[in-house]
Amino acid sequence: MPAKTSAKTLKTAKNGRKSARTVARRAATPAKKAASQRKPVTRPAKSSKTHGTRSFDPAAVRKLAKDLERWAQEDLERSKQKLPLRKEAFTTDSGIPIPDVLTLVDRRNEVQERIGLPGQFPFTRGVQPTMYRGRLWTMRQFAGFGTPADTNKRFKYLISQGMTGLSTAFDMPALMGYDADHPMSRGEVGKEGVAVSSLKDFEILFDGIPLDKVTTSMTINASAIIALCMYIAVAEKQGVPMSKLGGTIQNDMLKEYIAQKEWIVPPRPAVRIVIDMIEFCTKHMPKWHPVSISGYHIREAGATAVQELAFTLADGIGYVEECVKRGMNVDDFAPRLSFFWDVHNDFFEEIAKFRAARRIWAHVMRDRFGARDPRSMQLRTHAQTAGVSLTAQQPYNNVVRTAIQALAAVLGGTQSLHTNSLDETYALPTEEAVTIALRTQQYLAYESGVDRVVDPLAGSYYVEYLTDETEKRALEYIRRIDEMGGIIRAVEEGYPQKEISESAYRFQREVETGERWILGVNAFKNEEETPIDLLKIDEKVAHEQIERLQQVRRERNQAAVDAALAKVEAACCGTDNLMPPVLEAVKAYATLGEISDVFRKVWGQYREGGAF
Amino acid sequence: MAEKKLRILVAKPGLDGHDRGAKVIARALRDAGMEVIYTGLHQTPEMIVSAAVQEDVDAVGLSIMSGAHMTLFPAVIDLLKKENAGDILVFGGGIIPNDDIPKLKEMGVAEIFTPGSSTQAIVEWIQKNVAARA
Repeated sequence: MPAKTSAKTLKTAKNGRKSARTVARRAATPAKKAASQRKPVTRPAKSSKTHGTRSFDPAAVRKLAKDLERWAQEDLERSKQKLPLRKEAFTTDSGIPIPDVLTLVDRRNEVQERIGLPGQFPFTRGVQPTMYRGRLWTMRQFAGFGTPADTNKRFKYLISQGMTGLSTAFDMPALMGYDADHPMSRGEVGKEGVAVSSLKDFEILFDGIPLDKVTTSMTINASAIIALCMYIAVAEKQGVPMSKLGGTIQNDMLKEYIAQKEWIVPPRPAVRIVIDMIEFCTKHMPKWHPVSISGYHIREAGATAVQELAFTLADGIGYVEECVKRGMNVDDFAPRLSFFWDVHNDFFEEIAKFRAARRIWAHVMRDRFGARDPRSMQLRTHAQTAGVSLTAQQPYNNVVRTAIQALAAVLGGTQSLHTNSLDETYALPTEEAVTIALRTQQYLAYESGVDRVVDPLAGSYYVEYLTDETEKRALEYIRRIDEMGGIIRAVEEGYPQKEISESAYRFQREVETGERWILGVNAFKNEEETPIDLLKIDEKVAHEQIERLQQVRRERNQAAVDAALAKVEAACCGTDNLMPPVLEAVKAYATLGEISDVFRKVWGQYREGGAF
Repeated sequence: MAEKKLRILVAKPGLDGHDRGAKVIARALRDAGMEVIYTGLHQTPEMIVSAAVQEDVDAVGLSIMSGAHMTLFPAVIDLLKKENAGDILVFGGGIIPNDDIPKLKEMGVAEIFTPGSSTQAIVEWIQKNVAARA
């Protein structure tokens, strides 16, 4: 197994180099053209011989190269003989080799246009010229549990503690398109998120929260269209038109089949619904992000940073392709696409991932899809610290892990951040735990000083090297997916799924052989564990939800519901946009389960095989 | 004389899609020489028990991350008994608070493996505690 793996990695690296060079070459010319068309935002490159501006004095580089050679032969060798290296070879968590030292010599062919300036193509240094000097990242703690009233209370608490954006977690039945009283919902109502079955629940969930003032993120995918329509309907009741609503709905179905695995219907109709929503929001909800293309779940399922980057961007390419096929203009919808990264333990590799992601996306949008509006090329992102890195053992250590991961997200230039709570390997977080998590972000924003500088790691030999390497390796994956006929095809064939399973198994082997240390799990173990307080979700939640649901069904106009559901079905069978009929259905208090049943009836229930 | 291989059903009940653990365990058990059947996601207790009986397994491992363990474990155990397959051992893992473990064992769950358990420990436990059904 290991031999095969390393051979594959080597091949990837080799091919990767080629594709990155191609990108570099492409980068140089159109950038100049664009610059001459617009105001002179960037100084034009003087020399074109090196595909851009050469950064360093060749004589200085030659001298350093000589010094370096001597250093390696003498100082480094002597030191290694005295004290051998702790490992034969050092690599990042994705397997990128880490050299003994990186210097100017490694960066001698640096093309300045590939790093650029903050707020300028290819946005390696960030999407805004001012970054956090203009506005801090949004502190957005994901919350949702129990009844809509429970979560409403938590929202209000978090807002009172300085949180600047809402983020809603829904329970499993809602995510899978089942009402609280469905047999599949047994034991799951309100457990992993807030329970919602009808508009009535949304009315309680956002009660007393001015939807024209807050922005709301909703983590829901297969039933996203229903949730978005319920949100629009609640806002309307508050007197807020949909054109004024700001926020994000995750709505990234491709990553569901790849990793998160909450689905209703097969991939193709699911993607059609996503595109309907992008199309609708482009026309009617200019402040809304209709999809958050998510690497988080891909990473949590076991992907490496490189795989997370590659599969997520491939998903993004898939959505853009589908929108273009429908006849939409790239610059009309692309500025509203947003992303969502995991931020894991390998500090520098994570920072590099954020930077590489922006650079790849900028090139994809400009060169592959012909975008002209710079906003279409800017990859804006939310980030969440890595839940999978937390340990049940010695849970207070999780505060430290989360703090360092959060720092990486900020140094990577995220627009919004969720920090995990120390108790999340056991349950949804208690109020005390979530407060520490929020304070961790507030510490970074208000005490640490990292808010004062834009992309402080640019020019670091190591971070620029890792940015290049993650980019190359991700581009190689994207090339392979293109060859397979695109991401939808690759997902149907189970390609990303298989790659992720391999990585997950390799990671577990590394932990069990002791090659990888996890504090409290396979190193520095304590015999006695200190118990911590946990949030418990009462079974009463399910009863309460079912009662309210039944009351809604009794009190609504059944004829209006039936008529609305028939319209949803007609739209499913045809090509009309699904948003208007679903909106009408939720306003008539058709439930989430009933609307999902229409999807299941028309397109069938998706099932994944038992391969492992 | 070749020893009969242990047959294990790794099952994912409930609605959550967190199958990383289930798949890693399935693979580790297979690598340890067992015959492993994985149900795939979103299985009802009925579907799991029917698979266990049809496949004539020696034990069922349930992976639950959704907090529904107090509902789903007993449902599987009761249904196995109803199918006269009460001798199929039920064990499991996932996000299960310590307080719930004694209660689950009282309900008939043979063992619970919480986050951080090594696959080696699970393999050894199965080899020691699960006997091949005649």
